[in-house]
Amino acid sequence: MKKSNNIKKILGKLGPLLALVVLTIILTIASSNFLTINNVMNILRQTAVNGLIASGMLVVLITAGIDLSVGANAVLCACVMGMLLDKLGIANPVILLGSCIIAGVGIGFVNGLLLTKLHLPHPFVSTLGMKNVLCGLALFIVSTKTISSFPNAITWLGSANIFKSGGFSGIPIAFLAMLLLFGCFHLLLNYTALGRAIYCVGGNPEATRLSGINTDNVLIFVYSLSGFVCAIAGIVIVGRSGVANPSSAISPYDTDAIAACIIGGASFMGGKGTIWGTLIGALIISVIRNGLTLLNAASDVQYMVIGFVIIAAVFIDVTRNRMEAKARRLAGK
Amino acid sequence: MSDYVVELKNVTKRFPGVVALRNMSLQIKQGEILGLVGENGAGKSTLIKVLTGVYLPDEGEIYVDGIKQNIKTPNDAKNAGIACVYQELNIVKLLSITDNIFINKLIRKKNSRLLDYNTMHKKAHEVMLSLGQDVDEKKPCGNFGMGILQMVEIAKAVLVDTKLIIMDEPTSSLGEKEVEQLMSTIRTLKARGVSILFVSHKLEELFEVCDRVTVMRDGEHILTNDIKNMNNEKLITAMVGRTLDNQYPKVAGKKGREALRVENLNSAGVLHDISFTAYHGEILGIAGLVGAGRTETCLAIFGAFPIDSGNLHIDGKKIVNKSPKDAVRNGIALLTEDRKGQGLVLSQGIDTNLALANLKKFSKGPWLNKGKIRETGNKNIEDFKIKTPGLKTIAGQLSGGNQQKVVIGKWINTDADIFLFDEPTRGIDVGAKVEVYHIMNRLVAEGKCVIMVSSELPEILGMSDRVIIMREGRIMGEIERESSKFSQEIIMKGAWGGKI
Repeated sequence: MKKSNNIKKILGKLGPLLALVVLTIILTIASSNFLTINNVMNILRQTAVNGLIASGMLVVLITAGIDLSVGANAVLCACVMGMLLDKLGIANPVILLGSCIIAGVGIGFVNGLLLTKLHLPHPFVSTLGMKNVLCGLALFIVSTKTISSFPNAITWLGSANIFKSGGFSGIPIAFLAMLLLFGCFHLLLNYTALGRAIYCVGGNPEATRLSGINTDNVLIFVYSLSGFVCAIAGIVIVGRSGVANPSSAISPYDTDAIAACIIGGASFMGGKGTIWGTLIGALIISVIRNGLTLLNAASDVQYMVIGFVIIAAVFIDVTRNRMEAKARRLAGK
Repeated sequence: MSDYVVELKNVTKRFPGVVALRNMSLQIKQGEILGLVGENGAGKSTLIKVLTGVYLPDEGEIYVDGIKQNIKTPNDAKNAGIACVYQELNIVKLLSITDNIFINKLIRKKNSRLLDYNTMHKKAHEVMLSLGQDVDEKKPCGNFGMGILQMVEIAKAVLVDTKLIIMDEPTSSLGEKEVEQLMSTIRTLKARGVSILFVSHKLEELFEVCDRVTVMRDGEHILTNDIKNMNNEKLITAMVGRTLDNQYPKVAGKKGREALRVENLNSAGVLHDISFTAYHGEILGIAGLVGAGRTETCLAIFGAFPIDSGNLHIDGKKIVNKSPKDAVRNGIALLTEDRKGQGLVLSQGIDTNLALANLKKFSKGPWLNKGKIRETGNKNIEDFKIKTPGLKTIAGQLSGGNQQKVVIGKWINTDADIFLFDEPTRGIDVGAKVEVYHIMNRLVAEGKCVIMVSSELPEILGMSDRVIIMREGRIMGEIERESSKFSQEIIMKGAWGGKI
């Protein structure tokens, strides 16, 4: 009995990884171009932005919240740099990067304040509103222009590769930076008091508050952190495309990030999820996108497939919750 | 025709570990107002739920007009002519009075699917008027006070020809004037031949409005008598009258200096001038009926319930608890009454829960000290005999008693000096109860101050060194363990509004 439980547990944990492996095998068979070293590097490159945003989203989801403003925030952060460069002629990378990060964290901080101090009912509403505000703001500050010719120091994070040689495109710095950040998130979530508080706020905010923890501050931190990684993602976006394009603020960054987290084992109910699960989730989404492109599927098909994957992931989430509740009920008897 | 409108015959309802109703019988005549009283946990709520089809009785029968009923769902009860006005009203506040009254019996226009609001408004106005309420039935219910909303609930019952209306503590949330109106409405209903089962914690109301009264204790019928044959003393004696057994391992502590002094705590409508002192090395019991403001007092001390005025002193020093965080810093621990909702993070491990109230102690800088968490956690498990497969087991998988021990462990790990225990043994088995008492004894022996709220009188008497009695947000009196007044009868008297 116990053994089968353990197997179930391991399967539950490794489920996303298993899905990734199966997906890889299928695509390898379907397309000879899929499992080549350069295409794998390509997938990693494509994963970086979503992975970064998803890491912040994960922490928010753990507190049983949601942040729909992430994509718009990232693009706005990119446009902040574009505005400084284009309108004020500032090309100093320190100032540009600094302003970008201040903008991202500041917006996250406001999201946190809206939730905790204005007592808006659910972050869904406030961050959805924020998303629209930011979309407009991004267009406004660069006068709807697409800004290009960023200095190399800015585009480096999103475009550079290491170990480049001959036919090998190199390992994307953006992905490595993302991995480094994931390592930090792992430490934060598992080895710090704040990390425990984050999980507990998601599991039972009232019990956590009554344990003497300032849950408002925890939530404000979490949304600010989400804003921070959006700023980093914004820098990567600029590096990858070479431009700050305000109209890309409506791209589905938010749903991709949520999907990555949920596929990776996080739950809308909060209190659950790991950063490595999220990594797998982000990779699964990139692999699907990449594979479909290789198979000559147009973006319409891609949207639909990703959509179904999200629905399936949420369905798995609720089923999992129901099963856990049942197991708990049985254990309580 | 039977003599009784509704009759309950030998009903028994068991829950795991307890018998909530034991061979309970109850008869209600047509057009009478029957009072139902009993202390906390006497089985009144279960009785109501059996009558309204929320619970299925294990044994026994329910008769309406002498016909045996098979009430399995709330709908069956409604069809049988039994309605209930609960303490928590079932009103959709955004909808109008008319909508609420007709919510499950909408009237449609002839040969049409469209609603006939003209007729509904007219009927709603008529029925409200007949209950003494001249109100605009088109306005949303949220615009009205509790008194009117209660009338809306009663109107719902009246409209479907209800034979019996159960009122569960109907006056608990009403103002004086609203109570008067309710009483006159009850008399109107009675004159129309509707029977009423009136459950109340206020004896004076029973004497004012009831024809007969039934007393319950420990799920059993104790007596039913005409109200004119009863008085306060007789009712209270009937309600308590239970023998005290010796399951309480009380160890007398050494009463030390003052630990917590509460001065004139006020919270509009909930707490009125709460003042008391608790000492190191003693267990101070707080007795009272459910809703007397005991939990709110604890929460207010803990900074989790808003107060309008009042002072707290710990060890003679004035403190202010604006939030639970302040309270924890000031050495106060609160074991909440709602273990699952407010005490534990069920989805997290025992180790996390044990460390939660004092994460600082279990960290070095920002980093968790996992070694210390493991060490303390294992010691907690051993000390409090927490039965668990391991330290990382999810708290939600433990039994109630073991969960409670985890919550207690969480607070003991804070090194608090003052422990507020709100219903510390609710819903846990006898063995775990005794272990909780042992922990309380240990705390007192260490010179800590324990304040225990309990609805179980034997527990209050068994474990407390001193008892304060609350009623309707006020302190009614205080009794020392050595005093000759330290008895169930005196405490119940205070809790029901008598002089101590």
